[in-house]
Amino acid sequence: MKDFILPDADFGTPARRSDKTVTLTIDGTDVTVPEGTSVMRAAAMAGIEIPKLCATDSLEPIGSCRLCMVEIEGRRGTPASCTTPAADGMAVQTQTPKLAKLRRGVMELYISDHPLDCLTCAANGDCQLQDMAGAVGLREVRYTPGANHFETRQNGEANPRFEAKDTSNPYFTYDPAKCIACFRCVRACEEVQGTFALTVEGRGFAARIASGTTDFLSSDCVSCGACVQACPTATLQENAVIEMGTPDRAIVTTCAYCGVGCSFRAEMKGDQLVRMVPWKDGKANRGHSCVKGRFAFGYAAHPDRIQSPMIRETIDQPWREVSWDEALAFTAQRLRRIQAESGTGAIGGITSSRCTNEETFLVQKLIRQVFGNNNVDTCARVCHSPTGYGLKTTFGTSAGTQDFDSVEAADVVLVIGANPTDGHPVFASRLKKRLRQGARLIVADPRRIDLVKGPHVQAAHHLALRPGTNVALLTAMAHVIVTEGLTDSAFIAERCDAEAFADWAAFVAEDHLGPEATEALTGVPADQVRQAARLYATGGNAAIYYGLGVTEHSQGSTTVMAIANLAMATGNIGRPGVGVNPLRGQNNVQGSCDMGSFPHELPGYRHVHDPEARGVFERLWNVTISDEPGLRIPNMLDAAVDGSFRGLYVQGEDILQSDPDTRHVAAGLAAMDCVIVHDLFLNETANYAHVFLPGSSFLEKDGTFTNAERRLNRVRRVMAPMTGLADWEVTMALANAMGAGWDYAHPSEIMDEIAATTPSFAGVSYDLLDREGSVQWPCNEAAPKGTPVMHEAGFVRGKGLFVITDYVPTDERTGPRFPLLLTTGRILSQYNVGAQTRRTANTAWHGEDRLEIHPHDAETRGIAEGDWVRLASRSGETSLRATLTDRVSPGVVYTTFHHPETQANVVTSDYSDWATNCPEYKVTAVQVALSNGPSDWQEDYAAQARAARRILPAAE
Amino acid sequence: MTPDKLAYMANQIATAFARLPDDEAEAAIAAHIDQFWDPRMRARLLSLAESPKTGLSDRARGAAALIRRPETA
Repeated sequence: MKDFILPDADFGTPARRSDKTVTLTIDGTDVTVPEGTSVMRAAAMAGIEIPKLCATDSLEPIGSCRLCMVEIEGRRGTPASCTTPAADGMAVQTQTPKLAKLRRGVMELYISDHPLDCLTCAANGDCQLQDMAGAVGLREVRYTPGANHFETRQNGEANPRFEAKDTSNPYFTYDPAKCIACFRCVRACEEVQGTFALTVEGRGFAARIASGTTDFLSSDCVSCGACVQACPTATLQENAVIEMGTPDRAIVTTCAYCGVGCSFRAEMKGDQLVRMVPWKDGKANRGHSCVKGRFAFGYAAHPDRIQSPMIRETIDQPWREVSWDEALAFTAQRLRRIQAESGTGAIGGITSSRCTNEETFLVQKLIRQVFGNNNVDTCARVCHSPTGYGLKTTFGTSAGTQDFDSVEAADVVLVIGANPTDGHPVFASRLKKRLRQGARLIVADPRRIDLVKGPHVQAAHHLALRPGTNVALLTAMAHVIVTEGLTDSAFIAERCDAEAFADWAAFVAEDHLGPEATEALTGVPADQVRQAARLYATGGNAAIYYGLGVTEHSQGSTTVMAIANLAMATGNIGRPGVGVNPLRGQNNVQGSCDMGSFPHELPGYRHVHDPEARGVFERLWNVTISDEPGLRIPNMLDAAVDGSFRGLYVQGEDILQSDPDTRHVAAGLAAMDCVIVHDLFLNETANYAHVFLPGSSFLEKDGTFTNAERRLNRVRRVMAPMTGLADWEVTMALANAMGAGWDYAHPSEIMDEIAATTPSFAGVSYDLLDREGSVQWPCNEAAPKGTPVMHEAGFVRGKGLFVITDYVPTDERTGPRFPLLLTTGRILSQYNVGAQTRRTANTAWHGEDRLEIHPHDAETRGIAEGDWVRLASRSGETSLRATLTDRVSPGVVYTTFHHPETQANVVTSDYSDWATNCPEYKVTAVQVALSNGPSDWQEDYAAQARAARRILPAAE
Repeated sequence: MTPDKLAYMANQIATAFARLPDDEAEAAIAAHIDQFWDPRMRARLLSLAESPKTGLSDRARGAAALIRRPETA
């Protein structure tokens, strides 16, 4: 595929939206722009570039550099074009002798306090100061040497104004000597990222950029890269550019971390990736990024990557490197033998939510067509499967209802069981921007997440509920809305099933479900619940964003339906600014669900019971598709222990680390006769594998990812696969080794097959994606350019269905032995099981999992900050170090699960969602006590892992 | 898959439909199990339902009669 290069013009100031337009003349050219547009932007739209330094179109203008001044007929002086709104009939001159002279004077002043080391500067060739000096024709600097910020020594003494470089951040360097005090970095930190970590110290000539009172790494900086991107000079520069030089071309692709699905320009030099820069035309991220997507891609070239297929007879043997042919023949023969001995249903596979749609489609096709069963599942089982069940039941389809742009129109935002600033940081920045504009926020979370109170953002209500009581809380909110008459009757009458609504309204109105009655359960004061419910129902456009704190409970599906009920009851569905928005965990978890990764559903969420849907694939694939649902991941492991399930192909997922009750997972894996791990690294699951097929990174293949807003973004190959084969080619080779006869030449052909078989993708093709940049499904004849907002005219299922949501307490109970409730989550710098981020410099921020515990609970146990503690549950125990914080309430402890040394999941229970078997990660009864260090289990585990990772030297 | 665990899962589903009248609840439980349980799980559940002391709730047991019979266990 040829490189996909797009120009990234900077219009100088942000776009304005207005129904009114104004027409002005710039340098004799007529331009018509929306009212409120700056003269600078209007000029750029007409192709006229006005010199600028402090202006860029991701930031509001401040008119500080004075380089962009223009002359306007009938007006005095030379106003800054960045801060001057275009007006009807205005006549603007951007180039006159007077302006030229003034601009040269401005540049001369800038350059008088800037080192002239352009040839050895990291920004050489990519520096706007350099460009502007050229543009204005600066030919001399007449000022004699004097006070400045760039010389290390002056008059034989240290220059008191000189500040050394700050190299504390692993990914970029701050060199104050090159700073022109344009404040773009400070404004980017405020306006784009919303962290306010950067500030300006001093005034006038003494003005300096500072990361608070400490260096960048110790500051509030979250390393999102917005300041680096905004900097017009080498003052804030990626270390990769300092080391490698400037890139020579850019290819637009999609980040492979979270479900936000940010678009990036992969900036290349030959086949070397120099840097990832967020693409401003990316519709999910609008030019923003976080530390993971922007900087943490080094894992793709990490020496731990396995480059050769490997096999072994039994898992106690060391690995043996073999050719692709030998590995695939070994695998095919083993899988077929298992089926001959134990039946067609004795093998299955797990698709990857990190791989592309095309790869996921092929894995489920392998299982349905070649294995001949429906034993396919995906990691959504352990995260958003309740979303699938809950939204399908209530609305008719399993996906978020909005695009991310929708948040710009929200007036009230309810965030429940999600921690966007850590888990979905780029969405969080967009949300915070809206909150700073005045939208109000309700947070329902056991933990005081950063959104509750941060710079210029404060939640109107933080409902700090006890883990496991989501349904009680949401039903209490519904109780308030119904009993206080705050429902949207017109919406309900027109859009929803009347009988179901009447039943539901009568149910939630019961006294024992009100906030006063449930206060003792949830721990949330009734008055707060009432106020939050009123705000949600009456505060204007109300949007719900939720995460795994909703789904990963024994009542996960019920909670999703309770959320849907609230949205329907208040009419907050079917237009911009509202909706029900699951924040998806992994880059392509939406896509993997769409592509038929569930054991009961064919691509496009069509049940295997549906003969018509089966027929589509049966005719194309020339096989009979089983009409029986297959095993879900937890069922596979149970069946493995029973001996009826013996072979598993796992693409790009580490179930041993990520799935609950590690010991049970290990027992299931150990019982199987053929575990095939297809991954970049020898992950934890590979300790129990017989075949290892080396994977390819997102940089090494073409395809698509579907993000949390149902948006299909292109993934583009920027370098050749390290192992010679992209993942889709490996799956194809395995299918062919089992006799399938597939012959895809390019992933676009797989997408064509998806489009031909799946109605909601009927209009999707690589041509369309290249043309439009991205589309949101459904994309078909009815919606040729996709569907930003769902259920606009009516629900997919016809009438919206209210569902009764009885609160059923989990059976995971606290008691004398296990008095605390553990809940788990993630942190900004690390991602999921950490296989990628642990292999990057992101460990500078989070080198180990820590247990957050309230100071009261710590004190009664004699635990001090940083102490090793033993964390024990009914399932198992592990050890980690404690952090004392009142972010968690007394009685609640919290940890992350990014590090295999901790294996937080050895503690989590076997309980799961009633409808989907999604594990109950978020509630585990535990006890915490001081300990001396790693537990026996951790040491045994580490020893087993070491032994399982031995690789024999290659045979000649 | 231990009998206890299967019974627990079936009871959980029955609890979710607790508000429905008996006949509707049993139909809903059976439909849910038909939609999401692999045949070997259904076969085990059916054999559980046949013996009296297996921890199955009344409604889960009642739903068993409506569950689709797996072709081969």
